[in-house]
Amino acid sequence: MKLQLKIWRQRTSTDKGAFVSYTVNDVDPEMSMLECLDVLNETLIERGEEPVAFEHDCREGICGSCGFMINGVAHGPERATTVCQLTMRHFKDGQELVIEPWRARAFFPIKDLIVDRRAFDHIIEAGGYISVSTGQAPDGNAILVGKDIADQAMDAAACIGCGACVAACPNASAALFTGAKIAHLSVLPQGKPERDRRALAMVAQMNAEEFGNCTSIGECTGVCPKEIPLEVIATMNRDYLRASWTRREDQSETILPFTEWSTGSKLQSDPTSRD
Amino acid sequence: MKLDAKIPSGPIEQAWDKARFDMKLVNPANKRKHSLIVVGSGLAGAAAAASLGELGYRVKCFCFQDSPRRAHSIAAQGGINAAKNYPNDGESIYRLFYDTVKGGDFRAREGNIYRLAQISVDIIDQCVAQGVPFAREYGGSLTNRSFGGAQVSRTFYARGQTGQQLLLGAYQALERQVHAGSVTMIPRTEMLDLIVIDGKARGIVTRNLVTGALAVHIADAVILASGGYGNVYYLSTNAKGSNVTATWRAYKRGALFANPCFTQIHPTCIPVSGDYQSKLTLMSESLRNDGRIWVPLKKGDQRPPNEIPESERDYYLERRYPSFGNLVPRDVASRNAKAVCDEGRGVGKTGLGVYLDFSDAISRLGEKTIRERYGNLFDMYQRITDENPYKVPMRIYPAIHYTMGGLWVDYQLQSTIPGLFVLGEANFSDHGANRLGASALMQGLSDGYFIIPYTIGNYLATNKFPKVDESHAEVQSAVSEVRQKTNKLLSIKGKRTVDSFHRELGKLVWDYCGMARTAEGLEFAIGKIRALREEFWQNVTVPGSGDDLNQSLEKAGRVADFFELAELMCIDARDRNESCGGHFREEYQTPDGEAQRDDDNYSYVAAWGYTGPDSPPQLTKEPLEFHYVHPSQRSYK
Ligand SMILES: Cc1cc2nc3c(=O)[nH]c(=O)nc-3n(C[C@H](O)[C@H](O)[C@H](O)COP(=O)(O)OP(=O)(O)OC[C@H]3O[C@@H](n4cnc5c(N)ncnc54)[C@H](O)[C@@H]3O)c2cc1C
Ligand code: SF4
Ligand code: FES
Repeated sequence: MKLQLKIWRQRTSTDKGAFVSYTVNDVDPEMSMLECLDVLNETLIERGEEPVAFEHDCREGICGSCGFMINGVAHGPERATTVCQLTMRHFKDGQELVIEPWRARAFFPIKDLIVDRRAFDHIIEAGGYISVSTGQAPDGNAILVGKDIADQAMDAAACIGCGACVAACPNASAALFTGAKIAHLSVLPQGKPERDRRALAMVAQMNAEEFGNCTSIGECTGVCPKEIPLEVIATMNRDYLRASWTRREDQSETILPFTEWSTGSKLQSDPTSRD
Repeated sequence: MKLDAKIPSGPIEQAWDKARFDMKLVNPANKRKHSLIVVGSGLAGAAAAASLGELGYRVKCFCFQDSPRRAHSIAAQGGINAAKNYPNDGESIYRLFYDTVKGGDFRAREGNIYRLAQISVDIIDQCVAQGVPFAREYGGSLTNRSFGGAQVSRTFYARGQTGQQLLLGAYQALERQVHAGSVTMIPRTEMLDLIVIDGKARGIVTRNLVTGALAVHIADAVILASGGYGNVYYLSTNAKGSNVTATWRAYKRGALFANPCFTQIHPTCIPVSGDYQSKLTLMSESLRNDGRIWVPLKKGDQRPPNEIPESERDYYLERRYPSFGNLVPRDVASRNAKAVCDEGRGVGKTGLGVYLDFSDAISRLGEKTIRERYGNLFDMYQRITDENPYKVPMRIYPAIHYTMGGLWVDYQLQSTIPGLFVLGEANFSDHGANRLGASALMQGLSDGYFIIPYTIGNYLATNKFPKVDESHAEVQSAVSEVRQKTNKLLSIKGKRTVDSFHRELGKLVWDYCGMARTAEGLEFAIGKIRALREEFWQNVTVPGSGDDLNQSLEKAGRVADFFELAELMCIDARDRNESCGGHFREEYQTPDGEAQRDDDNYSYVAAWGYTGPDSPPQLTKEPLEFHYVHPSQRSYK
C-alpha cells in the first residue's frame, strides 16, 4: 500500500522546523511504523538527503526510546503499543499520517522527531530508588511480599519512561511517570522506610523540571504503552501529602501544591493513616 | 605471549575467598582520589558504576542512548538463575556450576564458573532489596521456574520483563550515586577509541552524539561493559544500537579477542517476514516449558496446523531427546530446527519456521494459567504476526541472540591491557561455546556488583598513576585517528547506504558463520567479506555532517568495525576444527548428527591479537583444564 507521511523536520534545536510531505510506496502491512520510516530514509539517503532522525533501540516496546505523535495521538492509534511495535496493517492505503515529536516544555527538541527527555532521569535521581548499597541485602526471602503486592508493584514498575504521557497531557504533566515509580517502590515493604523522603524529593524535582500540573484529565493512561493506571497518581498524592504532614521540616521551598487533587477531597482520607 | 588466567590454586570452593584475601585494598580515604571510566550502562555497567560509586571512587559512566535505563539489557525477558534452592529440588552451587560447565560444552574455565555460581545467590538478595518485583508465591516467598534446559527450577523472573526490572534496579542504584555526586552519567556519547599510555589503559576518546564534539576522558582505569556483537549478523534479537566498536577499538590497541566464533543462535524467535525487516523478535524460551515443538511429517505439507492430525506430526525434539524433550539446550534446539527445515518440512510462507504449540498445555492447565504465565509474550506475538497463539500454534525460527566470544579477561576480569577491565557480554568469560538460558543476566550482575569492586581495588592499590594531560602524544594520536576516520566516512559520498552494506554483510555471516559452518564456506566468506569491505570504503554514502546529530554516521562507524570483526569470526571458526556448543562445523559430527568435540586438540580458549591492517591476526591459546567436571560428550537423549 501507499502512504503520505507529513513529517516534522527540524535540523537543530534552535531551527524553526516545518512539516515536509513524503510519499512512501510499497508499504507492507506487516512492517512496523519504524520500518516504514527506515524505507523512507533509505530512499532519502540514496538521493543524498538527510534521513529523518528518530529515536529507537530495542524495537520491542521495552526500552522506551521510540515515540512520536501520529495524527495527534502519542504512539499512534493502537492501544498499549509503542510506535516500534505498531504494524502498518492498522492504516489504510492512501492515508496521510502526520508525524511530529513529543511537544512539552520540559522536553527540548534536538532534531526532527528526537527530543531531550533527561528531565525523567532527574526525577529518578532525586529519589526514585531504595537506598541499599551493594552487599547490604538480607536474604531474598527474609521479607515476605504477598503475590498481590508484588503484582501491584510490577504493574507500576512496567513504565518504560517513553514520555508519551507527558506528550498527551494538555498540561504536559509528568504525574503518571513519577507516580509509577513512587507507587512501585512504596507498595513494597523494602520501599517503605524512605517513602516520605522519596515522595517529597521526586515531586519537588518534577516541579523544578517545568512539567505542568496534573488536573486529572486522564489522557496519559490512555496513550501509555504499558497501561500504567491512574491510581499511581493517587498513590503519589497520598504519599506526598502524608510526607508533607509528617516531615514538614524537610519540605523545600520549591514544593508547591502539585495537583488539583492536593486541594481536593482525595486528601482528607490519608494524611494521618500510616498503612 | 603466555596467557595467565590467574585462577587461585587450591580447592575451587575457596578460590574466590582466597583471591579476595590476597588482594590489596585501597584505603577508604584514598578512594576519592581515583577516577574510573565505565563504558556502558547495561546490567554490567550500571551495576559496576553504582557499586564503585558507593565505595567512594569518582566514576564517569557512558552510554549511547539518551538515558542509561535504555541499555539493551532492558529487553531480557525470561529470567535470572541463582543457586538458591528455594524449591528444594536438588539445586546447589555445585549443580549450577556443573550445568554451566557442561552447557558451555567444556570450553570455559572452571574457576570462573564456580565463582559465578557462588555469587548468584547474593545477586537475588541485592535485587530484591532494591525493589525488583520478582514473581512471588501467595505466601509471599520468591517463586522459581525451570528454564532453558535445566532440570531444576532455579530461575527467578519478573513476568516476561526480568531484564527490564533488573536493569531498572541497577539504573536506580546508579542514579542514586549520580545524586550523591560520586558518578557522573554521560549519555548520548559514544566511545570511539581507547587511550593506552605506557602500556596501561588510561582513558577514552568519545563523540558527543548531539553536537558531534570529540572529547578526551582520562582516568586511572577503564571498564568496558559495552555488550555483545550479535548485530554483526544485521538481523538479530539485539537492540539496533548494539555494536562492537568499544571492544574492537580495544582489540586494535592490543587487547586480545577470545573465541569470536562462539555465537549463540536462539531457537525461539519470530520468523523473518520480509526484506524490510530490521530486527528479529525473541519469544522467551520459557515458552518451551509448556509449548511443544513440531513440524509436519511430510515434506511440503501446506495444510493449516489444526488440520494436520497427530499421527502426521513430528515432535522431533521429544522423539530424538526423550529425557530433555523440548527443553534441550539452545544450540541443540536451533540446529534441529534448521535440519527439519532443510529437509523441506519447515512451515509458514518462507518454509523457515517450526510450530510451537500450546494446545496440550491449554487443555491441561486452562487458558487462564497459560495467560498468567506468558500473557505478555502471547500479546507481543499477536501484535507482530496478527495470529492468535491461544488458537493456532506459534511459528518460530532460530535467530542470533548472544555472543559468548569477547575480549579475553583473566580471573580479575582484566584484559591483556593492564587497567582495562571488561564485564558482561563484552568479555568472553563464563559461557564457553554455549550459554545456558538466564545466565547472562546473572553474569553481568555478578561482574558488576560483586567482582569488579574487589578486583579494581587490587589494581589501583598496586599501580602508580602519573598525571596524564591531553597534550600527551598518545592522546593526540588517538583523537586524530578518530577524526580522520569520521572525515573519511563523510567524504566518500558513494552510492550505497550503510544499511545496504550491513544487510549484505549480515547475510554472509549468517550463511557461512551461523548455525552450521564448513572450512570451505568460511574460506569463501572471508574473501567475500574483504571484497565487500573494500567496496564499503569506496562506495558508501553518509549524508550530513560530523558536527551535529547524524545517525547515518554513527551506523557507518559501527558497520566499519563489524566488517573487521566478521573476518576475525570466520578465521576463528575455520581454525577450530571441531564442533562444540554453538560452533557447529559440519565436517565434525557424530553419526547421529550431534556436535563432535576434539578435546585432545581444541580444549583451549582461542585468543586473537591484532597485528596491523594487512597482516593476519595472531593466535594465542589458553589451555583449559578440568579438575571437577570431566569432559564428556554432552547427551540430552
Ligand atoms: C531479546 C533478548 C532477551 C534476553 N533474555 C535473557 C534472559 O532472559 N536471561 C538472560 O540471562 N539473558 C538474556 N539475554 C541476554 C542478556 O540480556 C544480555 O547478554 C545482557 O543484558 C548484556 O548486558 P551487558 O550489560 O553486558 O550489555 P548491554 O545491556 O548490551 O549494555 C551495553 C551498554 O554499553 C553501551 N555502549 C555500547 N557501546 C558503546 C560505546 N561505543 N560507547 C558508549 N557506550 C556504549 C550501551 O549504551 C549500553 O549502555 C537476552 C538478550 C536478548 C537480546
Ligand atoms: S507512564 Fe506510560 S506513557 Fe508515561 S513514560 Fe511510563 S510507559 Fe511511557
Ligand atoms: S524502540 Fe524500544 S520501545 Fe520502541
